[in-house]
Amino acid sequence: MITEARGVTKRFGARVALRGVSFGVSPGEKLAIIGPNGAGKTTLLSILAGILRPDEGEVSRPPREIGWVPQQPAVYRKLSVRENLRLFARLEKVGDPDAVVERMLEQTGLGDRAGDELGTLSGGNRQRVNIAVGLLADPPVLLLDEPSSSLDPRQRERLWAFVDDLARRQGTAVIFTTHNVAEADRWADRVLVLADGEVLFDGTPDGLRRAERSTDDTDEGGLRRSNEERTDFEGAFVRFLREQGH
Amino acid sequence: MRWLLVKDLQILRRSKLLVALLVLYPIAIALLIGLALSKGPDKPKVAFLNEVPVGQTVTNIGGKDVDFAGYAEQFFDAIDPVVVHSRQQARDKVEDGEALAALIIPANTVDRLNGGLGQAQVEVIYNGDALKQSFVQSTIDAELARANAKLSDTIRDVALQDLRVLQDGGPITTPLGSESLLGLHRAKQLVQQALAQLPEDHPARPGLEQVDNFANQALIGLEFATPALKAVSRPITVKRTLLEGSRTPLDDFAVALAIAVSLLFVAVLLASGVLALEREEQAYGRLVRVVSPALLLLEKILLAAACSALVALVMVCGIGAFTGVDWSRAGQWVIAAAAGGLGCSALGVAIGAVAREVRAASLLGLMLALPLAFLALVPSGAVAPGLYGVIRVVNAAFPFKPTLDALDAAINAASPGLLWPALHLVGLTLAYGALARLALRRFAA
Repeated sequence: MITEARGVTKRFGARVALRGVSFGVSPGEKLAIIGPNGAGKTTLLSILAGILRPDEGEVSRPPREIGWVPQQPAVYRKLSVRENLRLFARLEKVGDPDAVVERMLEQTGLGDRAGDELGTLSGGNRQRVNIAVGLLADPPVLLLDEPSSSLDPRQRERLWAFVDDLARRQGTAVIFTTHNVAEADRWADRVLVLADGEVLFDGTPDGLRRAERSTDDTDEGGLRRSNEERTDFEGAFVRFLREQGH
Repeated sequence: MRWLLVKDLQILRRSKLLVALLVLYPIAIALLIGLALSKGPDKPKVAFLNEVPVGQTVTNIGGKDVDFAGYAEQFFDAIDPVVVHSRQQARDKVEDGEALAALIIPANTVDRLNGGLGQAQVEVIYNGDALKQSFVQSTIDAELARANAKLSDTIRDVALQDLRVLQDGGPITTPLGSESLLGLHRAKQLVQQALAQLPEDHPARPGLEQVDNFANQALIGLEFATPALKAVSRPITVKRTLLEGSRTPLDDFAVALAIAVSLLFVAVLLASGVLALEREEQAYGRLVRVVSPALLLLEKILLAAACSALVALVMVCGIGAFTGVDWSRAGQWVIAAAAGGLGCSALGVAIGAVAREVRAASLLGLMLALPLAFLALVPSGAVAPGLYGVIRVVNAAFPFKPTLDALDAAINAASPGLLWPALHLVGLTLAYGALARLALRRFAA
């Protein structure tokens, strides 16, 4: 495992946001964390990124070695693409910041917009800069918090192709949260189902389908489901949650 | 920290409108407050009717000519006179609002003063709202008091001169003409010479002894009369002792105040804004992974302190170019501006730490800065003692008053000097910095 969370618990006052969460990822693996609103997905990512401290448990890899891409582009609209990348490269103290910036511009296909202020870019391009900042230090683990939520279908496709390429070619482990269960099904090697701060499932998307199928093969009216219904991942996910009492 | 500073300066450079507002708005407010403090209202426009016939304004008091036209000229220094030629004109000017009041000198004024028939009386007609009435009334009352004082000085001088003649002898002028008086001293000598030459049983002796006794008593009485007359002319004089506060003239204090207000606004708005911007841009979480929150706060405080101190120093130099400031104190200006900038910027980051957006931070900053500036100007005695005590505590808990004191000390050499306000500001910087750190932990996580 390239990084592991062991028994992570986080409380906000009396509310328990995460309850003994444990999991790990391997190099080049893409792990999707899915779950209903308030499940603790962003809290878990924030702990992995070192922004929040767990009340109990630990994360095996220090935050400095983990790239973090927050849900909203955490970049400055009044700075150009290059200035944003250069700023964070210097703050992260990467060797030869200018060379790293040029490499990231090329890698993200933003070379021709390098001098443009972020405020003038589309949401998709801003998200690319956001991801590029997370990759500046060439981290072995990349955290993406709902990276495609503000993108149109074409931009989403390009984003996931980029992330997939990153994992396959560079061996970067990618952990991402998403509300789009179909995206998790298509792009993730593994899914972690989180609800009310607890891990309900940790395995492949097919494994989740099987887990749901093995417990119940009838719909809400008691009729047997069709094959199409049974292969629908989102439906399987929702039924799985319901079966688990969520 | 260097790269964070560079980043913030780049953002400020590209936010020209914001920076212009950030600098111009506080300067405008500061200048308005400064003007309001240093410049009183304009002279009130007063219709003036002098019914004393031309050439009859001079009266003789005890042989001394007094020209009442001189009093009128002195009065014109304090008002903007509109000369009218009849009572009706005077009344019309006031009714139409052309003049706030009308002052009428009746024709018999000089005669009444001259003939000792009693007090002379001038007439004043008012109009306008209560504030203007109060202003014009106090102006006229003050000028009449000055005229009365000057006249009573003249009468006192004449009376003192007459007393001296009565004591020592000499020429005296009366309505019947000029005469030479013998004087009590000389009269007493003559009586004593006559008594020395008369036998003890001479029938004229008792009468002469009574005259000698009278002269003696009169001389003793007149010795007391001289200081008594001087006291009547100026019964009360003022000895000024400053227990607390600034000895700075109002105009000079207004300069320090205008600069302190500008510094406060620039520092608070800039510091709160640049910190809130990190959260508005969602960059705070990313930044604190690579720099500590304390370092981030320090960077914001230093940036805002440097910018606000620069604005303050430019203002001192700008004002100094037109008015007289002591350029040899420039070193103290820098210390005062830097200390004030640090204190006000630390307050700014504490505000920025609780706000999620620049607009919210700016609003909070404005809401806090304006009352702070006004509270620092509340004088003792203007409110109940208990409330004034509360105001002093509030002033001490926020950086504006110490900034004002520091700048006043640096620019105008006001007491109690620069050291104590500067130390006070350093303490407040640390306190607000710590408060901002706690607020970030509570609100920015």
